[in-house]
Amino acid sequence: MKEGVVLDLTDLPPHGLGTASLSWWGTLAFMLIEATGFALSIVVYLYLMSLAPRWPPDAPPPDLLPGTTLTVLLVASLFPNILLARWARDQDLRKVRIGLIIMSLIGIAPLVLRAFEFPAMHIQWDQNAYGSIVWVMLGLHTTHILTDLVETLVLTCLMFSRHGDNPRRFGDVSDNVMYWNFVVATWLPMYACLYWAPRL
Amino acid sequence: MTSRNAGALRDTAFDAAEIDRRLAAIWSTTPGVWGALATVDHKVIGRRYITTAFVFLALGGLLSLLMRLQLAQPEARFIGPDRYNQLFTMHGTNMMFLFAVPVMQAMAVYLVPLMVGTRNIAFPRLNAFSYWMYLAGGLLLWIAFVLDTGPDVGWFAYVPLSGPQYAAGKRADIWAQMITFTEVSALAVAVEIVVTVFKHRAPGMSLDRIPLFVWSMLVTSFVVILAMPAIMVASTALILDRLVETHFFNPAEGGDVLLWQHLFWFFGHPEVYIIFLPAVGMVSTIVATFTRRPVFGYLAMVMALIATGILAFGLWVHHMFVAGLPRLGESFFTASSMAIAVPAGLQIFCWLATIWAGRPIFTTPFLFAIGFIVTFVIGGLTGVMVASVPFDTQVHDTYFVVAHFHYVLVGGAVFPLLGALYYWFPKLTGRLMSETRGRWVFGLIFVGFNLTFFPMHILGLQGMPRRIYTYQPEMPWSGLNMFISLSAVILAGGFLLFFIDVIRSARTGAVASSNPWEASTLEWATSSPPPPYNFARLPVVGGLDPLSDRRDVLPVAAGLRVDRRELLVSSIVEATPEAREASSGDSIWPLLAAIATTATLIWSIFTPWAVVWGSIPIAIALIGWFWPKGVPEDES
Ligand code: HEM
Ligand SMILES: [Cu+2]
Repeated sequence: MKEGVVLDLTDLPPHGLGTASLSWWGTLAFMLIEATGFALSIVVYLYLMSLAPRWPPDAPPPDLLPGTTLTVLLVASLFPNILLARWARDQDLRKVRIGLIIMSLIGIAPLVLRAFEFPAMHIQWDQNAYGSIVWVMLGLHTTHILTDLVETLVLTCLMFSRHGDNPRRFGDVSDNVMYWNFVVATWLPMYACLYWAPRL
Repeated sequence: MTSRNAGALRDTAFDAAEIDRRLAAIWSTTPGVWGALATVDHKVIGRRYITTAFVFLALGGLLSLLMRLQLAQPEARFIGPDRYNQLFTMHGTNMMFLFAVPVMQAMAVYLVPLMVGTRNIAFPRLNAFSYWMYLAGGLLLWIAFVLDTGPDVGWFAYVPLSGPQYAAGKRADIWAQMITFTEVSALAVAVEIVVTVFKHRAPGMSLDRIPLFVWSMLVTSFVVILAMPAIMVASTALILDRLVETHFFNPAEGGDVLLWQHLFWFFGHPEVYIIFLPAVGMVSTIVATFTRRPVFGYLAMVMALIATGILAFGLWVHHMFVAGLPRLGESFFTASSMAIAVPAGLQIFCWLATIWAGRPIFTTPFLFAIGFIVTFVIGGLTGVMVASVPFDTQVHDTYFVVAHFHYVLVGGAVFPLLGALYYWFPKLTGRLMSETRGRWVFGLIFVGFNLTFFPMHILGLQGMPRRIYTYQPEMPWSGLNMFISLSAVILAGGFLLFFIDVIRSARTGAVASSNPWEASTLEWATSSPPPPYNFARLPVVGGLDPLSDRRDVLPVAAGLRVDRRELLVSSIVEATPEAREASSGDSIWPLLAAIATTATLIWSIFTPWAVVWGSIPIAIALIGWFWPKGVPEDES
């Protein structure tokens, strides 16, 4: 078939930003998958709870301190995270580097608190089904903090390398920011479920 | 980084031959083993995916023949109970997880980028990774089977049978971990398809101009994204119960066995639609082409696809009617099980209206489409029957159910798939399949299928349970069983002829032009098979049928670079161009990442520490995958 040129794409930008960025959409899709996983874990928790004569079975409700501290810390981390998003949008390399270092440190702190959170549950995974779901929920969320931390660390190295000053990289930083927001947002219902459902 | 790459080479600077030469240079997969392992071309990967899935179909078919051999006579001694348990579990698991779902996604991997008029799928490396994961999961299952460790707990692995108490050894773990492999790959492909359809459509292909097959794959991909996490959660919980003594499914410690059934069927019912919706898209495409007119009621068809996708999630409990659930709940699920007949019926009417109004050409693909419609009506009827609780209680776990789901799965998905293969074969290989053999294939499979599976309804009503390895001569079942087994040979003969036709046509079939069927969707605007870059210039779409609207001249867009892999990002609704974007080059890292993940997953059947240690090589592979290499594709 003969071709007739009817459109010239020369003047388009050579890379899509924001909703024209593929990795943005990819991140969104993976967030949808993971959110479904998180939601299912909460459903399993509530399902088991609905079956049990007493809840939590054979254990006191979890201590509030470590989990609540972690929640406050996560919510507070949104502030520097959003600043980082702004700097990435402005493609300000120096500030983005600083922001990434801060976010890396902030990513380590919840892991430390998590180490105190597991014992604060007063139950082991192999004691009963309550223990199993509690450990799986905490574990699932911890994996997400950990993955995001590794990603942030790698991104920090990247921004200090010769590949750093590139709109594509700033897009990666924005996606990373979005993913951290997601990690924080998914924690809130899990926190409510793990700490307050046993107190109902 | 220079903005807009002012100095870069554009296709506007060259004539057609030179554009082809330069694009071929940057898009081609390098020949040789390394190139084959590193390629990210969606066509190469798609063909691989399709071929692998059909190998699994053949293997699963062999298993079913073994079962039919055993069941042909009462008290046969050919296969013992333990082996039979492995056979039906392997057959069901293999057919669902290694054949039916992957093959539909595989067709999409090959076709969707072509049909929306772009040069590669979104996230090409993820695509390569997903294939390797799929292959590894399939090998895991089959190697375990050869070593007599094949799963034997049924394709839905109900607890407590599959739990730590009753399923010693590693058979159930193999099943559960195979799930992880195939779901990872299915989810990856779903994400690629969604983003390809959202962001890589040719300029002008607004939402109401998307081909129906692409729509069906888009809806399917969303169903995958929302349904598959449930089975991942379920199989992970099962592995944990078995490996580290959690108690999810242990009633003695506050767990629950029905939890498994809920999680499984929350995925398992939509699974049927994950297989069925793409098939519907294939039928619509075939019907449109061979009646020489667009499918009647485009909007209704799209709405029916979406409605089916949504309703698919309201149905899972109908697999559990006999489990004893609250009465009101059962009524709700009966109602929604029946409601799904509405969009299905609507689509059938649209196809019939199209055929009625058009001038049908009875080629092999079209025959398969007709065979599908006929079979599907029967399968759907028995489906509405089992959706009623009292009836289901009668036939539950009998051969009536086996008959029903084979009507839905084989009639509803395999027929359209075979038609689709005859239809798109020229685009896949550059050669046409044989019409003569094709008619024989259709005849043998259609007749063989009905003779095999229709009598199973009767067997079921006569009370023959499924999953039994033999039966006593006193039972009134032997005559029909022998008949079914003989009919299965006819069916198998049809499939054999099909495979012969595929192999011979791929070698010596008639060479296909770019558009041998005079179809109207974009994959036919480029040569058969397409060049590595699909389109020398991206097509511009002005209607629902881009090739039939303008007969002689294909409107195209110019201005893309010819010195890096470049394609177009367009807006979701109107598909107006937003950016030129790079598409990843070949890379060995997806394979390495898949190897690291495979080792970790298999190792973790034996110890939980595998996850800790295995995450290190996985992380290294992922960093290698994403770390920029300073290639032109990285410029922005
Ligand atoms: C092509 C010819 C086929 C034949 C002759 C065949 C035959 C059979 C037989 C004899 C059984 C076992 C019944 C029992 O003992 O309970 C079975 C089960 C099953 N088949 Fe097929 N089948 C075929 C194709 C397929 C296809 C294409 C699919 C899916 C796409 C499929 C999915 C299943 C499933 C899910 C089961 C249930 C396994 C279980 O009970 O765990 N079959 N089939
Ligand atoms: Cu169902």
